[in-house]
Amino acid sequence: MSEWVDVCAIGEIEEEDVIRFDHVGRTFAVYRDEDGTPFCTDGLCTHEQVHLADGLVLDDEIECPKHNGRFNYKTGAALRTPACVALTTYPARIAEGRIQVQV
Amino acid sequence: MTPARDYSLIGPERDRAIAIGLASAEWYHTDVPRKVMKGLMRRNDGPATRDTILWLGLLLLTGIGGIATWGTWWAVPFFLVYGVLYGSACDSRWHECGHGTAFKTQSKNDWVYALASFMVLRNPVAWRWSHARHHTDTIIVGRDPEITVMRPPDIARKALAFVGIPDAFVHFGVLVRQAISGPNAEEADYIPESEVPKVMFWARLFVGLHLVALLLALLTWSILPLMLIGGPRIYGTWHMVLVGLLQHGGLAEDVLDHRLNSRTVYMNPVSRWLYWNMNYHVEHHMFPMVPYHALPALHELIKDDLPPANPSIPHAYAEMIAAVLRQRTEPGYFARRALPPGAKPYVEAFHTETSLPEAS
Ligand code: FES
Repeated sequence: MSEWVDVCAIGEIEEEDVIRFDHVGRTFAVYRDEDGTPFCTDGLCTHEQVHLADGLVLDDEIECPKHNGRFNYKTGAALRTPACVALTTYPARIAEGRIQVQV
Repeated sequence: MTPARDYSLIGPERDRAIAIGLASAEWYHTDVPRKVMKGLMRRNDGPATRDTILWLGLLLLTGIGGIATWGTWWAVPFFLVYGVLYGSACDSRWHECGHGTAFKTQSKNDWVYALASFMVLRNPVAWRWSHARHHTDTIIVGRDPEITVMRPPDIARKALAFVGIPDAFVHFGVLVRQAISGPNAEEADYIPESEVPKVMFWARLFVGLHLVALLLALLTWSILPLMLIGGPRIYGTWHMVLVGLLQHGGLAEDVLDHRLNSRTVYMNPVSRWLYWNMNYHVEHHMFPMVPYHALPALHELIKDDLPPANPSIPHAYAEMIAAVLRQRTEPGYFARRALPPGAKPYVEAFHTETSLPEAS
């Protein structure tokens, strides 16, 4: 099992928003939903490798900034073309006021 | 004779675009703080619901008016309005709902997208993929399937497009071909195999519905059914062409900066309503997640980093026509506008005339 990795203080991601998180040569998108719960997925859209952190969080979905493809960031499911391939998701948690992901 | 560039998506220009890094490349974006951009991207059902009720309501009223007065001169004004609402406004509704930005509720986007695709004679699945490619590789020769003004330009054909000739028939022919055999080799370059059954389903449905209208016309021996369905794509399409040609016409090819290949034009409120603010075309291409109703605000925010907007449709046409006329003999020429002081310089790669293939 991989280690929990520190991402940022909880306040650095607004509720219903996303940030980019780079870690050992990989890039991830770390989200908070409207209740403030954190989630983590691969950082690049599966359609054309665009950073999802520049996109828009709408309820449980992330909309890609390039072609408006959509994914459920909680399950990774691709919901709207041209995004067809699901995102990989990773566990995320809040510990002592900080967001951590297991990647 | 000026040699034409090869605009096919399966020819040597495609290989060249890929080889020199023009395909799926990084594009220039004006810096906008994330918080501000989030506000601009925010979705809202209100404006598009209001506009769609108005659009469909006017279509219904003018359609009924046209039927009621058919055979008299009173039908003319009804069909003039009905034609533009059907044959021109369909394009912007197709476009915005295809992006999924018009409405917050996705099912509303999907319904209006399907209806507008029918009106504009575009396969809703094939064109969703085509438009994605247009955004990835905007006006990159050999990659973008939606380049409307090619070089050297066919000016007579562009003029005929204002009355849907031969465009409406070409589009219908594409639907018939897709209904029978699915995507061709060029379309297969951007439509995944898994989407082919959907492409064929929608093509068959749209062709079938138009054949019903044709059958009705034959049975009643009247063109009235075709004035209501299909025909507006010919007699009412002029406004779509009028504003659509300005999007990229006469501007640069093979660049990675939308400020060089797209045009923002200030327009009258009626045209903006019919066109759903796509006159802010540089802004739309730079930030396709911003809904049409927020484009004026985005324009205000970033206009100091963009070439000045053309102040009117006639002004934009004067610029475009001058460039297009020159492109008949100088296919490397394009209208290049100065940036305002303080704007970030153009991304200089790939936009000199010498980057074009040698004329041979
Ligand atoms: S790159 Fe994300 S939908 Fe195309």
